[in-house]
Order: sequence, then structure tokens, then C-alpha cells
Amino acid sequence: MTEQLTLTVNGQRHQLEVDPQTPLLLVLRNTLGLTAAKLGCGLEQCGACAVLVDGVATLSCVAPAGQFEGKTITTLEGIHSLTVSGSRLQDAFVENAAAQCGYCTGGILIALTALFDRQPRPDETQIREALADHLCRCGSHARVLAAARATAGHTEHRA
Amino acid sequence: MKVSASLKDSPLLDQWLALDTDGRITVRTGKVEIGQRIGTALTRIVAHELHVDPARIHIVPADTRQSPDEGYTSGSHSMEHAGGALTLAGATARAHLLGLAAERLGCDPKVLQIDDGLIRAPSLNQSVSYWELLQGRPFDIPVDLQASPRPTAESGLFGQRLEPLGIRDLVSGRSCFVHDLRFDGMLHARVVRPPHYHARLQSLDDDVVTGLGDARVVRDGSFVAVVASDEFVAMRAAERVATRARWQHVKDIDTTDIRTQLLDHPRTSLPVVDGTPHREPVPPLGPTPAHASLTLSANYHRPYQMHGSIGPSAACALYSPSATGPGELLLWSHTQGIFPLQQSLAELLGMDAERIEVRHVPGSGCYGHNGADDAAVDAALVARAVPGRHILLKWTRADEHAWEPYAPAMSMSLRASLDDRGNVIDWSHESYSDTHRARPRPGPNGVGPARLLAGQHLEDPAPAYVPVPNMARHAGIHRNADPLYAFANRRIVKHLVHDLPLRTSAMRTLGGFANVFAIECFMDELAHASGQDPLRFRLAHLHDDRARAVLQRAADEIGWTDPGPPGEGLGIAVAQYTNSQCYSAVAVRARIGDDARLRLLEVVVSGDAGRVVDADGVEAQLEGGFIQAASWTLFEQVRFAHDGISSRDWESYPILRFEDMPRLRVALIDRPEAPSLGVGEASCGPAGAAIANALFAASGLRVRELPLTPERLRAQAMRD
Repeated sequence: MTEQLTLTVNGQRHQLEVDPQTPLLLVLRNTLGLTAAKLGCGLEQCGACAVLVDGVATLSCVAPAGQFEGKTITTLEGIHSLTVSGSRLQDAFVENAAAQCGYCTGGILIALTALFDRQPRPDETQIREALADHLCRCGSHARVLAAARATAGHTEHRA
Repeated sequence: MKVSASLKDSPLLDQWLALDTDGRITVRTGKVEIGQRIGTALTRIVAHELHVDPARIHIVPADTRQSPDEGYTSGSHSMEHAGGALTLAGATARAHLLGLAAERLGCDPKVLQIDDGLIRAPSLNQSVSYWELLQGRPFDIPVDLQASPRPTAESGLFGQRLEPLGIRDLVSGRSCFVHDLRFDGMLHARVVRPPHYHARLQSLDDDVVTGLGDARVVRDGSFVAVVASDEFVAMRAAERVATRARWQHVKDIDTTDIRTQLLDHPRTSLPVVDGTPHREPVPPLGPTPAHASLTLSANYHRPYQMHGSIGPSAACALYSPSATGPGELLLWSHTQGIFPLQQSLAELLGMDAERIEVRHVPGSGCYGHNGADDAAVDAALVARAVPGRHILLKWTRADEHAWEPYAPAMSMSLRASLDDRGNVIDWSHESYSDTHRARPRPGPNGVGPARLLAGQHLEDPAPAYVPVPNMARHAGIHRNADPLYAFANRRIVKHLVHDLPLRTSAMRTLGGFANVFAIECFMDELAHASGQDPLRFRLAHLHDDRARAVLQRAADEIGWTDPGPPGEGLGIAVAQYTNSQCYSAVAVRARIGDDARLRLLEVVVSGDAGRVVDADGVEAQLEGGFIQAASWTLFEQVRFAHDGISSRDWESYPILRFEDMPRLRVALIDRPEAPSLGVGEASCGPAGAAIANALFAASGLRVRELPLTPERLRAQAMRD
């Protein structure tokens, strides 16, 4: 069942012996030990498992790892150094305390990093659209939006 | 100062604080971090009492081997329990250390000054540090219940904005949730639950997982789990077992309209006086007072709703057998109660509690009794069957949605009369509900195991749990049923309804959300029916100055006198959680669209939590409470059929999304010298009512049943 698979994750090439049908999320978490992407639903409904694939926010809980050969994967662990906006967004999340339990936070940061790397000054609608597929249950939404607005340079951050 | 309940069980200073030899201070608490930033607040409390830099303080994750038993992290009690205990512990330690320093330096303790743990006698030009005084030794004294806490303003700490502990790890992916634990030789596990509550396993082939790597099945009666060293293999094995298992359908889930079941089923009914139930006959609902000029009656309803944690419950367990005696069980769990879980599990497994250690590891936000404890039991059962290996067991999304204990469906029947001056002269409130209290709790007749899900599925099952009325003040079904208003004649009744269809337990606010929803919508109805302004009508009946202040603040901030253009409306509501904790009012500006969707435009949440230790943390809790309650109010209802729960994912159980977010701000009223009050649940009740009241103001639709979906609004508009 296992095959040789080459994945490029956070700037490193990994030669792996895995079942290529394994969802990418499980390979990242269990084989590579990159646990920032979370298993939330396993149904591509909540966003907790998002990672960047060639700069695009992509859900990793269903898609087989074998589909990602030749692509550039960046996880939350890598956005600080490998993306343009990642560290600014992380700072804004700290500044705005934009997390409670934090289980959904990584996926949300990935979605926003993809947005801001494409569009450094998104408007409110673009921010909300980028987060359309992300669920949060603690109710940190207002702070997440505030952190995104602050990063985008909007003057009114909260509310 | 009221003495924290936690000090009764853990009276010794060394149970709370230790001076490490490296200049740090170790703080122990049985309360757990669930995203509410309790660690951040407790750090500040100890730093304040001990005059030290907060960076010196290290909070030990809760663990049954070394933490004080503080029961559950629930009911917004952590600041009162752990905060209260650590305030006195810190004050005791400070006085003790000052005494030791005075002896050492040969001076009066009154002349000593402390700076970051360094005690100085300025006149003698001598000093000694906390750590030099104790040199790693324990304090060996009890916490002094008469110790004097430092005045709030003295350190200046409480006014500062604090970075939440651990947030940098959260945003960079370094934090470790239960789901992220890794051990050598660890096996991944999944449970395979019956299709519904009343199904039992009939047959399962022994070779069902043959060919799937090292997967194997663990079975005890109708409890079925699979383990494998590869998680994907475990997932596929679980799917195969689910497809091939034969289940016996014992009986149907009763799908009669839940509102009918709540009124028709056998029940235990108790009068509630001053928030406390009494074992006395319920006084009948009398005729309306002779001088009543207006009498209204209304029934409100909240359906079953779920905690809906974003991360499904999980646990890790290791069972180590012993050749000479009983084995030991080590559990990593995101339970809210490490000690009750340890003791309930001991009863279920027939083990000595001393041989079970439970370590708290963060999970996804829980908001009450979700699947955390049940997943821990599942992992323990698998670990016992596969000894010597770490077992990381995760529930699936469908497991969590379909098997967690829900917030009970509730119906509230209200009646009130006004005199000709518009004053409430008579008030009756009856709440009908299943139990809110099914958290595992050890005790006689095996009630601990009875509340653990897997206990029901074993070959030798635990007895079924039979709820009894919670007699505590403002608990369970009657939480916040007794209104904060100064009504002279009030009749409050709680009905614990038996034999209802779905499994229920504690969810954020327990009965508080539904009761405040009913009270504060009914106040709105009474105001409108008697031609009074809903804000002024409330203020006229509210004699508690702090409640008045939060209400007025929310009204002022939203601009109560400006209702906005047609199609928009303002709603307001107020409550004090459990009539003894944080005060909160919510004001909502909402718009009703042609699509019958209610959109929240602007929200103000005001709060008075006494002395504020971490203002940003308090604001986050009030915001989060509003947002979650807005989600319950607008979107949420657990759906079920005769053969199982239909709400099994986020499409069949929608919750609030980013696109639904209004402009939201919090207005805090700080009372530095008043005791800190629990804040985690305060804004939920007012949120629900303020939204429903804004709907009425915007559309004229009075919808008394949640959620306020477009379908329900259209149906109501047809009826009106």
C-alpha cells in the first residue's frame, strides 16, 4: 500500500513512504510531526485543517497526499518565514488577542495569509469572504476581524 | 471577603504555591485552561499579592497527582474559587515571608519593603529575597483565611493590558492539544458507536479488519473501537466496522414534538423561592389580581442545542499492568474536571482511584460538558484491552455531533399582570426541562459510571442515570428563572421532566440562557402592550443600581433614542448571571431583509464584573458569550428522527459565521474594590432576548421559539 512520495513542505523536500491515499493532513501531522493544522471535521466543512498549497488556502483533511507532489505546501509553522504577510498577521493576532481556545486559529491565519499575500490591503468584504469557510465556536470572530483590519491598515479596528 | 470553596478541600499553602530554587514561583490550581484565560488572570493575582514580576510565575497544568481538587471548571466560578484561594494564599505567603525577613534582618516587619520578591529594610540597608528565605523548603503553614489581600490599586497591575498566556504558541502552531500528543509506539484509535441511542450490537465478524495493516478491534458488549499504528488505517478500519456490524434496533427515539413531550411527560415540580427550590407543593397559578389592568401570558421555547466544539473530543491513555497487583492508568484529557473524571472512571473500571492519574491537556473550546469525559473513558477502555501502549483516541465529527450531551430543550410559560400605572403586580414563570447536570460525578448507586457514555454500551452496563432535581440556588433548570426585578408577587416553578428523548447535560449558562431569553422577551412584550418604552419599563422595576448601570450604559452606547430607518430595530435585555455573578446588558441593532433573514448590524455588550483583573480577558468572554448565544438564537437546533440524530455535521447543524458578524463592542464598568465576579456566561441570556426584541422592533414579529430562522419568521408572519 505504501509508496514513495515526495512532498515539499515549509521549504523542505521530504521523501516519504506512505499510502498516497492518506489525507494530506494526516501525513503532515503524523509523518512530518507538523501538528498546527488540525483535524476538525474531516469533511472540508470547518477550515481547521487549512494549509497553503502554492499560496492558496487549501483544506487538507480529505484530499489524498498523493495529489500534492510537485506543489509547495506551507503550514502554519512556516508562514512566519515563508510568506509575506504571515508574521504581520501573527503579530496582529497577538496584539488583538484574537484567539480563545485556538483550535480554529491556525486555519484562519492560513486563510488570511493567502488573502494578504495576494492583496495586501483587502477591504472588509474581501476579509469576510476569505473567512467564509472557517468556523469558530469560542466567539473570537470580532477579534479576528479586528486583527485582519489592523493588518490591512484600516483605521477603525474593532467593531 | 467570602472564603473560596476550594480552600475547604485544600487548606495548606503548599498545595497552592511553591517558591522554586531558581527564582520562580510555582502556582497550582485544579481549574483548567479552556481558552477563557484563567491562567492569565491567576498569574496576575499571585504577582500582585506577592509583589513580583508576572514573568516569575509558572502555572502547573492540572494533574490529579499534584493539583488541588477544585471540582469542575464550570459555572463561571474559577475567579471566585481559584482566584479567591490564590488571593489568600498569596497574601498568606507574603505575610509569612515578611515575618521571616524581619527575624533575619532584626527589624519590625512594618518597615520592610518588597520589590519583585526582594525584601528590603531601607533604614538598615539590608535585604533578603523570598527564595533565600525558604531555600526550596515548603511553607508548611495553612492558608490564613484572615490574611489581608493587597489593595487593588497598589501594584498598578490590574490596569495593564495583558498578553494572554500561550497566545504566541497558538498563532505559531507550537501549542499542544490532546490531539497532538505523540509517544513511541502509540496507537491511534476510533470508536464505532451504535447508529443511535437504542441500538445494540448484534454481530460483528471476528475477521472484519483483516487486511488492514495491524488494525484490531476492541469490543465489550456494544462498545466497539479499533486501533492501529497508522491513523488512516484506524479510520478505514472504523469505516469498515461501521459498514459490517449488525445492530439490533431496540426501540425508536420518541419524535413527538418536544414541546408536547416537555408538557406531557412525568415530571418533578418544585417551587423556587429566592432562587432556591423547595420540596413543597407547587402553589397553583391563581386568578389574575383584581386590580390588574393588563394580563399577558406567553410560552417560549429553546430546542436541543449542542456544544459543537470545533475539535472533536479526544484523549490519550496508557494502561500499565503489574505482575504483582493491579495496574495503573494514565490519562491525558481535556476534561473540565480531572478529579471527578478520575473518581467516576475508578467506579466504572473497578479500579482504585489512586491508580488512575488524569492530566489535563488543552482541547478545543468546550463550553460545558461536551464529549471530553466520554472520549477519555473510551480511550481508557481501549488502553486496558491493549496494555502497555499509548492509545490516542479521537472522536469523529459525527461522533461529537450525535453523541455529545446536548443542552436540554426548554419551555418557559410566563404570565404577568400590570396595574393601571403600568407596574408589574403579579409574575409567574414555569420552566420545563430535562437535566442540565449529567457530568460524571462519583457517588452512591454508581451515578458516576451511569453518566459516562461508554458505560451504557458495555456487556455489563452501568445503570442508567436517573436525574434528580438540583436543589442549589440558581442551578440547572431554574438558573436565572427568578428575575432580578423588584416584583412583589412572584411564583417561580421548576419542572424536571423525565424520559425525554435526547441525552443532555451542562452547556454554557445551563438554564440561564433560556430563562433570561423568556423573561427579557416577556418584559419587552409587557412594555409594548402597556405602551411603555422597554428601557424605561425595565428601569422602573430594577432597583439594583449595578443592574441599572449596565442597562443604561448599553442603551446609551447603542443610541437607544434612535431606532433607525424602517426595517431596522433596537432590542435590549439585561441580567445578572445566577443573580449573583457578573451583570450584563446587551443592546442590538438589527435589520430584517426581504429574504426574512435577521441581520445583526451593531451590538453593545455592557458588563460589571466587580474588580477587573484582566480587562481584555473579560471583554473577550463577554464578546464570545454574545457570539455563541447569537448563534444559538439565530441558527441552532439539533434535529433527530426515530432512528438517530440527523444533525451530524456543520451542514446539518449550521452555526454563526464570519459573514454574520455585527459591529460589536464591549463597555466595561470596573469596580476596583468589589469582589471579582465570574464573567464567562453573563452575556448569553441577554444576547438571545435582545436579538428577539430587535426582531420585534424591526418587523413587528414576536417570535417566541428559537432559532429565529427565515423559515420560522416567514411562518410566523403568515400566522400574524
